[in-house]
This record gives sequence, C-alpha cells and structure tokens, in this order.
Amino acid sequence: MSIYFRINKRTSSSWLLSVFLPFISVLLALIGGSIFLAFLKVSPIQAYRGMFQTAFGDWYGISETIVKAIPLILSGIAVTLAFKATVWNIGAAGQIFLGALATTAAVRYFYVDNRGIMLVIMFLFAGIAGGGWAAIAGYLKARWNVNETITTLMLNYIAIHLADYFIYGPWKDPDSLGFPMTAPFPEAARLPQFAGTRIHYGLFIAIFFAILFWFIFRYTRWGYEIRVIGENPKAAQYAGIYYLRYIVLIMFISGAIAGIAGMGEVSGLQGRLQHGFTAEFGFTAIIVAWLARLNPISVMLVSFLIGALQVGGESLQILMRLPIASTLVLQGLILFFVLGGEFFRNYRIRFIRGDER
Amino acid sequence: MEMVISILAAAVRSGTPILFATLGEIIIEKSGILNLGLEGIMLIGALTGFSVSLASGNPWLGIIAAFILGAFITLIHGFISITLKGNQVVSGLAMTIFGTGVSSLIGKAFIGKTIPGLLKTPFPVLNRIPFIGPIFFNHDLMVYFSFFLVVFLSWFLISTRIGLNLRAVGDSPRAADAMGLNVNRIRYLAVLIGGGIVALGGAYLSVAYNKMWTESMTAGRGWIAVALVIFAIWNPTRAALGAYLFGGVEAFQLRLQATGTSIPTPLLLMLPYLLTISVLIFISIGKGKGILFGAPASLGQPYFREESD
Repeated sequence: MSIYFRINKRTSSSWLLSVFLPFISVLLALIGGSIFLAFLKVSPIQAYRGMFQTAFGDWYGISETIVKAIPLILSGIAVTLAFKATVWNIGAAGQIFLGALATTAAVRYFYVDNRGIMLVIMFLFAGIAGGGWAAIAGYLKARWNVNETITTLMLNYIAIHLADYFIYGPWKDPDSLGFPMTAPFPEAARLPQFAGTRIHYGLFIAIFFAILFWFIFRYTRWGYEIRVIGENPKAAQYAGIYYLRYIVLIMFISGAIAGIAGMGEVSGLQGRLQHGFTAEFGFTAIIVAWLARLNPISVMLVSFLIGALQVGGESLQILMRLPIASTLVLQGLILFFVLGGEFFRNYRIRFIRGDER
Repeated sequence: MEMVISILAAAVRSGTPILFATLGEIIIEKSGILNLGLEGIMLIGALTGFSVSLASGNPWLGIIAAFILGAFITLIHGFISITLKGNQVVSGLAMTIFGTGVSSLIGKAFIGKTIPGLLKTPFPVLNRIPFIGPIFFNHDLMVYFSFFLVVFLSWFLISTRIGLNLRAVGDSPRAADAMGLNVNRIRYLAVLIGGGIVALGGAYLSVAYNKMWTESMTAGRGWIAVALVIFAIWNPTRAALGAYLFGGVEAFQLRLQATGTSIPTPLLLMLPYLLTISVLIFISIGKGKGILFGAPASLGQPYFREESD
C-alpha cells in the first residue's frame, strides 16, 4: 500500500496562513542563512543575536531602523503600485537616483532661501524626475510592448552612471579635497531631523503615501481599475480603460514616489549627493512589496522589519567583518520562502492511501 | 585594419560570457520557464569557477564545478516555478538577490587573488584564414566551445525529437501532456542544463576573461542576456550575433577610454545599457508587425494539471 497525494486549488484562501506566512518565511530564511554563516565559521546564534541587539537593543538602534525604513516604505509603495497593475517596475533604484539628482539640481540652480518653498521645489523636482524616468519604460511598454522588466533595469545602470557623471564632473565640490561629492546643501534645503536622531521628516511623507494608497486601492474607482488592468489587461481594454495612458500614468506615479525616496536620502539624511550613494533599497523594495502582499499598510510594517535586518546586517559587517551583501542572502532566502509558502496558501494538498484511489 | 581586427576579436571575447548566458536562458525559456535570475546564477558560476580553479590549479575543474553548481542553484527557481507554481518574475529576482549576496559573502576571501586561468589556444589551421582567423579562432577553448554550442543548439532545438518535445512543453504544456510527455520532468531538465550553461558565462568571466574575482563582477551582463534572448527571438545563431554586438560595444568603449578621449567615462559606461534599450525597442516594433516568432507561447505561466476526481 502506498500513499499518494493530490493537489487542488483552494477555493478560499486561508486567513490564518496569510498572517503567519511572512513570519514563517523569515524564520526559515534565518535558519537557511545560518548554514552560510556556519560555512564561514561564524556562529549563527551569535550573529543573529548581534543583529537583533543592534537593531532593537536601544533607542539608537530603533531610530536607525526607522531611518532605513523610510526609503523602503516609499519605494515599497512605488513597487506595490506598479506590481498591482502587473507592470514589473524593477527600476526603483534608478528612479531613486534620478530623484536624488533632481533634488541636487534644484538646490544648485533654483535655490530659494526659504525652507518651506525650497522643500516644495525639491519635492516636485524629485517626483517629476523619478516619474519621468519610469515613464520612459511605461511609454515603451504601452506603445510597443517593450519588456519593462529589462528597460527599467537598464535605466538603473544608466542612472548610476549619470549620477557618477555629475558627481565626478560638473557638480563636484571644489572644496571636497578630491572626494567625489557635491557641496553640502544649505540649511534651507535640508529636510528637518528629529532631535538626537537621524530620522528625518521624510517619515511623514512615507506614512502619508502609505495611507493614501491604501485608501486609493481600497475605496476608489481608480484603485479598482488598476487591479483590473493587472489581472486582465485585455478585459480592461474592453471595459474602456485606456491601457496606454494608464500604464504610463502608473509608471509615472510609481517612479515619482521612488524619486521622492531619493530626495529624502539626500536632503534628509546625507545633506549632499556623493559617490557611493546607493539605491540598493530599490531592489529591497521588491521584497518589501511582495512580503506585504501589495498592501500599503503592511508595506510600512515590513519596511520596519527589513530595515531592522539591514541595521543588523551592518553590525555583522562591523562586528564579524562580513560583507554588507550578507543581508542580501537573507533577503533572497526570505523571498524564496515567501514564494514557496504561497503554494500552501493557494493549493490544498490531500494525502490519500493507495487503496482509496 | 589591424585596429579593426583587434576590436572585433575583443568583441568575440567580451561577448562570450553574455553568449553562454543567453544560450542557457534560451533553453530554459523554450521549456516555458521565465528565469530572470541570470545575474545571480552567473555570479555564483563566476565565484565557483574562480575558487575551484584557484584551489585545484586546473581551470577546467573550475568550469565544470561552475556548471554543476549553477545547475543546482537554478533548481531552486525551477522548484518554485514548476512544482510550487510560484511567481516566476519575483522568483527570478530573488535568485538575483540571493546569488549576489552569496557570491559576495563567500567570495570575500578570494578578492585580490589571481589565477593563470584559461590560456589562449589558437585553433589549428582555421586561425590562418585571413580576417576570420584572428577574429574568431585566436582565443581560448571556451570560445570555441561556445561556437559549438551555438551550432549544436540550433540543430538540437529544430531537428531532434527531444528539441521538439522541449518546444512543445513551452508552447502548449496541456497538449504536450496529452501527447504523453512528462511536462514537469522536461522543464526540470531544461532548467538544470540551461542553468549550468548560464553559470558557464559567469565562469568564463572570472576564469578566462578577468582571471580574478570581484564582487558583482557581472555588472548587468545577466540582464543584458535576458534582453538578448528576446533580441535573438529564441534563436541561438541570432544570440551569437547579439552577444558579439554587445561585446563589440564593450571593446570599443574600453579602447576609447584607453585613448584618453574627452568624453567622460561614466557616459561611455552607459553605452551597453542604452544599446540594450534601443535593441529592445527595435525588436518590439518589429514584433508589433508580426515579425516575431519563436517565442514560447506559455512562457512564464505555471502548468497546473487538474486531476479529475
């Protein structure tokens, strides 16, 4: 007698599984990651304890976690919006770069010595630049069905080199002793920070966008149409939703939010644009969005968790001399487990004994 | 003339890693599985190739190890896509993130080391053909192997029973299933072998091209290969054409940098990526006019075999 199993689609998704899946995934990823740590002769327990303590052990750690979470929330929302419409915008990193570049350009060429006005100018510049950058891929997709996964990614590389061009070339600070960076922003061009921390007011922007898009997705016709486009672009066209305009618009808004994340980084955190400004979190945003199951409110929560993972990862770099990319291993594993876990949410497995067949 | 030949020869050399990756991905995509994890798989291949070559002193052991490990790493993506029917786009991205992370984590110990690597082996007789000889037949053995692979795959995909089965599974898994083919088994095989070949592209970079390991040394070549598959309309010969085009841009840009041009380096470094986008636009416009064929009809869609109760 042997045992067979049958796989059937679940008719209704299990609420319990939806809630616990992300946690189980993270847990399994940590276990998987410990294999690599052990391979490098690093005690996984010690490493994870170090990570946890750095990220949550004191107020400074928590504040740093929030600092990391801010751009993750914004770019996570950006990715969520695009993914909801099944537009694979994986170019958040490039859009972040463009946002940072445009912010710097605004400070250089359109400086107004009034913080309120200056912040609005930078906000608009960053949004339009990031949005425009993403809209290129959106237009190409809508007009000629050019694969947006690849165009957004190629635009990432182009953006990185574009930023380098300015940082090493025309925008280089003559007083920087040869370091590739722009001059520091004047005070009026800085997003304020909370006293004693590096948490900047970009946090409010991030929370605002999260709530705004939660509302849009849930209660507005526009949010509904985005879902229809995502699930069935042909049906959307029959229903009179103008595909071309929608895709370009969705990409523009998605890129704009990512661009604003870039503004937060240069204006709120670093105070200048410098070489080594990374938009690595543009990739992490994909993990955030998927872990949050494309729900803007969950994006905030997941960003905080992933932010903690990154702060903890930096402690690994300092304490155990592991490269910063170590956290990528954990992030990749988390994503694998989430994807794998979704199977158990979508399908029901029944075991049957051979003689019942 | 000398200059032209040397640039074209360099184009073949720098196009080879992209060519391997593109060929591997063609096999995988022909089975209906979309794999966006090339960058990660190539990096794992590059590190494996380099570290095993360094430890054993034999570059071929490194290359073989890269193939094997690449195949098995791609199996993660295969398992998620085939058995668990997960989202293939996101799984591919996870593969890229994972491969980048693992290779930098483990590769840290190998930074700054060099190996003799694969040596140039002029191809007997053929290397004396004027013009063609120095461009195509004055390289290392892996370059010749990539030529062989192009010819072999062109024949294999079109003219063999297994090739036909592979295409059937990618075009219409349901029909293939009804014909009695084991869809999942064929897809797994495609993922294994294709993944191994993708990893060869990475190994070529570290063992033959640069002869050293650096973090994220693929620098987007995996993504360029994803684009090239579309450019090549899943055709191995066109894949070679595309890969050498990119190799040519890289060679040209390096040459230009060496001459001390007034064009800033970052702008030159953009060239391959700009070219990728232009090529994609060009191809997609053609596709709109119905020129495109060869695209697996069920690419990226999981196959779910409903069992009747």
